[in-house]
Amino acid sequence: MTVKTEPISINLGPQHPSTHGVFRFRVTFDGEEIIDVEPIFGYLHRGSEKLAEERTYQQVVTLTDRMDYVSSMLSNQAYMLAVEKLCGIEPSPRGVWLRMIAGELQRIASHLVAVGFLLQDLGSWGTPLTYVMRERESILSMFEMLCGARITNSYLRPGGVFMDAPDEFWPTLHSFLEELPHRIDELENYLTGNEIIFARTKGVAVLPPDVAVNASITGPMLRASGVDWDLRHRDPYDFYDQVEFERPLHTAGDNFARYWVRMEEMRECIKIIRQCAQKIEPGPVRPSHDEVPFLVRPPAGDAYGAIEGSKGELGFYLVSDGGISPYRCHVRAPSLINLTLLREMLIGTLMGDLFVSFGSIDLNMGEVDR
Amino acid sequence: MPGQGLIKGLGVTMRNFVRATHTVQYPDRRVGLLAAAKHAGKNPVSFIASNPREGIKAMLFMASIPERVEQATRFRGNEFTWFETRCTGCASCAKYCPLGIIKIVTHPGGIDVQEGESYAIDVFDIDTGRCMFCGLCVEACPYDALHMGSQFERGNYERNNLVIDVDELRSNLKQPSSWYRPQFEERKYNPFKDEQIEDHHDAGRHEQPSDEDLKRRWVDERK
Repeated sequence: MTVKTEPISINLGPQHPSTHGVFRFRVTFDGEEIIDVEPIFGYLHRGSEKLAEERTYQQVVTLTDRMDYVSSMLSNQAYMLAVEKLCGIEPSPRGVWLRMIAGELQRIASHLVAVGFLLQDLGSWGTPLTYVMRERESILSMFEMLCGARITNSYLRPGGVFMDAPDEFWPTLHSFLEELPHRIDELENYLTGNEIIFARTKGVAVLPPDVAVNASITGPMLRASGVDWDLRHRDPYDFYDQVEFERPLHTAGDNFARYWVRMEEMRECIKIIRQCAQKIEPGPVRPSHDEVPFLVRPPAGDAYGAIEGSKGELGFYLVSDGGISPYRCHVRAPSLINLTLLREMLIGTLMGDLFVSFGSIDLNMGEVDR
Repeated sequence: MPGQGLIKGLGVTMRNFVRATHTVQYPDRRVGLLAAAKHAGKNPVSFIASNPREGIKAMLFMASIPERVEQATRFRGNEFTWFETRCTGCASCAKYCPLGIIKIVTHPGGIDVQEGESYAIDVFDIDTGRCMFCGLCVEACPYDALHMGSQFERGNYERNNLVIDVDELRSNLKQPSSWYRPQFEERKYNPFKDEQIEDHHDAGRHEQPSDEDLKRRWVDERK
């Protein structure tokens, strides 16, 4: 007896509990197998790039906080690099060390969230998420000490940071760095060796290195495919040429590799923060108001500043016409560009792996739609 | 051995089960007699004697005491601290606000303690319903007249009540946050433990003008 079957299209989102934000799929299934995916986004578009055109260079910092709200410190850093290149500002060394420490802490926080939600998508409901959120809270408390806010930091200024770290920050940082490796070990003990995780993630949604490079995928997603590309190493900004760190690589390119690379990268972040905390020296944290006034007025021209964000290469392209606000501000958002291979990744996988593969990209809708 | 990873994972869950809790029961938590008496500043016996009803509630673990997370001193709170005698009405804060939510109307004829003749404030509205508490207005204030607050409980049922007007600014709690105010950090001022700053002289300046500066401004340039 033959059964007559036909493909069925299902709409998922934008208001769906597991879409990592307001993201919409139109998925076509043949039985349980995915045969077509159409991503639809733009539901969180707030026009940040346009808004930046009528704010001064200092005021745009508040907009960059709200682009990638899981790693706002790194968005601040990328924007400030672009402004410093555009205006030719020489940053203060202590400010640069401080923003490197803050940026690496933010990278840990962002990877923790990515890993926690990935494990949650895999069916470990709630438990790993509460563990990672607990560690993230201590990072956010440190941000509150530094800049008075936990998510919308606005900590960086052209040429450094707005104020030196308070005295109580350093002991908190050191005790946190002592504690965190044990907590990461615990998280690895908890689920990395789990047979269900292996079965669900190994060999699912494989991304070959040549395809990834062609689509200009960056960040942990590219390193999980075995391509050694890290802007901190290839094109060192700030003082990344003075610190030593490893770049964890995995050759499989599947969901497990992306999970593994993020876990290992957190340990490297701890190494970097330790070196920064050793090398930092007393001094001013930002240039004086005579050198960099509140209202900077760069010469006409353009500049592109890029950093290795928590999700990939995060770049800001600024065009100046000599006025007090940018003529054009373009953001190279890693979340958006890593999303371009979603269809190729998902075709052929099963329905249950849809959100796992989607979550392993680690995207943030605030940055995709801006 | 298959299933080994599952057992290892369960061990981690059990370890976390007996660990101290990390969450805080905001705004208050249920406590027993000892903690309730300690909060009231009495010993348990006199606590029951002074208020038998509360005492019985506490013995049943039904009494509640307020609890909050410890905040950093740089916390950008949503009530603003403002010293009127310092404000010259220059509206730097209004110019640097990224959203343009500060409205200032002045008329000539005010007296400022630092600058002498200045403008008097008629309207000083901060629409905290749209404010994102970036603190750029505080960074822009050249006389340290405006400071971020330290509180966060300003919930309201009406949007109009979110606008802080000049009367509210005058009467607001004077417990400023040390956001962009290094002088508070130098003298270890903690808005959550210390007293209010009633006198504006105690607030200090983050960039104190030197005596030569003051002489040049007030004596030499006025000749």
